[in-house]
Amino acid sequence: MVVQTIQQLIASGEKPEYLFWVGCAGNFDARAQKVVRAFALIMNQIGVSFAVLGNEESCTGDPARRAGNEFLFQMQALQNIQTLQAYEVTRIITTCPHCFNTLKNEYPDYGGNFEVYHHTEMLNQWIQEGKLKIESGETGSKTTYHDSCYLGRVNGIYSVPREILSALQLDVIEMEQSASRGLCCGAGGGQMFKEDEPGDQRINVARAEQVLATGAKTVAANCPFCITMLQDGLKAKDKQDEVMVLDLAELIVQKNNW
Amino acid sequence: MSIQAIIFTLITLSVFYLAFRRYRRIVRIIQMGKPEIINDDPAKRWRNVILIAFGQKKMFKRWLPALFHAFIYVAFLLTQIELIEMLIDGVTGKHRIFAGKIGLLYPAVINLIEMLSVLAFIATLVFLARRNIVKVGRFWKPEMKGWPSLDANLILLGEILLIMGIMMMNGADQVLQQMEPGHYPATGNLMMSSLLVAPRFQGLSVTALVFLERTGWWLHIMVVYGFLLYLPYSKHLHILLAFPNTYYAKLKPRGKMTNIPEITQELQSMLGLTQEGTSDATGEIPEFGAADIFQLSWKNVLDAYTCTECGRCTSVCPANLTGKKLSPRKIIMDVRDRAEVIYSNIESGDAKFLKAEGQPLTAETYSDGANLFQRISDEELWACTTCNACVEACPVLIDPLDVILQLRRYKILNESSGPADWLPMFNSLESSGSVWQVNQDREAWFKEA
Repeated sequence: MVVQTIQQLIASGEKPEYLFWVGCAGNFDARAQKVVRAFALIMNQIGVSFAVLGNEESCTGDPARRAGNEFLFQMQALQNIQTLQAYEVTRIITTCPHCFNTLKNEYPDYGGNFEVYHHTEMLNQWIQEGKLKIESGETGSKTTYHDSCYLGRVNGIYSVPREILSALQLDVIEMEQSASRGLCCGAGGGQMFKEDEPGDQRINVARAEQVLATGAKTVAANCPFCITMLQDGLKAKDKQDEVMVLDLAELIVQKNNW
Repeated sequence: MSIQAIIFTLITLSVFYLAFRRYRRIVRIIQMGKPEIINDDPAKRWRNVILIAFGQKKMFKRWLPALFHAFIYVAFLLTQIELIEMLIDGVTGKHRIFAGKIGLLYPAVINLIEMLSVLAFIATLVFLARRNIVKVGRFWKPEMKGWPSLDANLILLGEILLIMGIMMMNGADQVLQQMEPGHYPATGNLMMSSLLVAPRFQGLSVTALVFLERTGWWLHIMVVYGFLLYLPYSKHLHILLAFPNTYYAKLKPRGKMTNIPEITQELQSMLGLTQEGTSDATGEIPEFGAADIFQLSWKNVLDAYTCTECGRCTSVCPANLTGKKLSPRKIIMDVRDRAEVIYSNIESGDAKFLKAEGQPLTAETYSDGANLFQRISDEELWACTTCNACVEACPVLIDPLDVILQLRRYKILNESSGPADWLPMFNSLESSGSVWQVNQDREAWFKEA
């Protein structure tokens, strides 16, 4: 896997086609790092020109904004837009639906106008174009799909990830609540960074129960926070070894034996 | 003019006058919200009105209640045609002024109304059962205790009276048409009333039948007037406000929170992105977010008055589903109830609600030392995951999340009060641009691999 920063690439006289926005989770969280590595590997394999901001990347500010801290959010937004514009970035791909939403829908208010894609959108496009070939083989194990709120309900992307699952020839079984009715993993709106308010159950455990009810051995996801939450939920049910939570990029890498 | 026509005309004029005052009051309450110009893309807005309010598109996500609701809704829409005739009859003292004058259209329309009335009657019974016998969960949440439940049942009972009135009137009329054809113009066969009601009235005297027909007529129209005057006090106002509410609903991407431009200006000058210095010369620190009705947008208040407390939002809220105190419906009801209290206090003209003495009491000079936070606790606000399930669920495009986020902003930006757990996240973001306080190498994941 070869990943370069945009600074390095520009210094060597090249310009990347896409900026890969990694996000705090992808940069620092051990589990999410596996997802961004898988995605970078896919781009390497099919020859997509991309670069990362590396240490010049900073949080988009989404958790601060949803927690009510507008100052902090806008500070992040203004600084990030300056950085992105300095490198003349036009197209951004990100593996995090929260970064995706903020970059795409909220940055234009501060002068940041970019073409922003969630990695599932690009993966599906590359599959459709024939650029990304999926190895054929036997139908995979029973898999369910967890819609993240910020890709699904918030941005209306329900069918794209499901198309990837069908390209992967997986035996997909939907949960009791899915697509526009999908149940949140419990991480959004700043919940990831705080203890739950008093209640009967944790949201991720409720979602894990819906996963288990399908009998699926794999949960396909598209968000680093959902992955953490679902894994914790499954762990609370002592099923962490029986049911795997994997990002769509990881499923592709697995299928292609890369 | 007959005595009956005179009495009816006087009642009608008084009801219309009172209704005008009551609806004007609602408009004024909604206007207590912050002004916000919403006029972009009218074509898309009309599309929402037609599909979502008029066409009930989002209701059909749950088809069973949607179907029964549609019976009542279509019956309500069509009965307006018969209501026009009743109004003209009432004022002129005539009987069924359109009968025999518009050919087959008359029996066609009345028959359609009768059939829908029967379906609406069944639907109303089903709804009463769902609320009081089956006890569907969303009708039994804590915020539904007392008045909200009574309000819902009163509306359903009112609907039963409306339908009984119209069927009694038509049934007696069917019999009278045979006995006194001169007085009672032929309407053609009205299937439902001849089938269900007329057989019971056969053999009664003309006097008795006239009495039954008149009772049905007055019962129906008086319940209609009752509804007209009751609506502004009831959650049932959605039958009117669903239309403007879907028109004014947010069109921007769902994931885009409302901007605070004052903060952008402040930061831009701080970062040296603009030439001008800080624009606020008065030195007064503005308040951000919302603590009370006056700081919310008028659209948030319109949302609150449009809510019919169906609870679809709460029934899909992940926080509520897992036993947290947050209920999006309650947030919306709290906004409405608080707006109601403020406006009633302003109407009272009582000087104790003045911010400073010697002014007339208006929304601008009003203060009662309270705000929304006596009704909405921190625990509710902090439990939201911003998942948008409530926004998605609302059949009339109410946005509870928008209110929650404005209240959060107020707490965090003006009071610096929030979950202690958020402080490390805020601090880390401020100092290093990451949500976690970790080793700050964003290149390790690919260099070490």
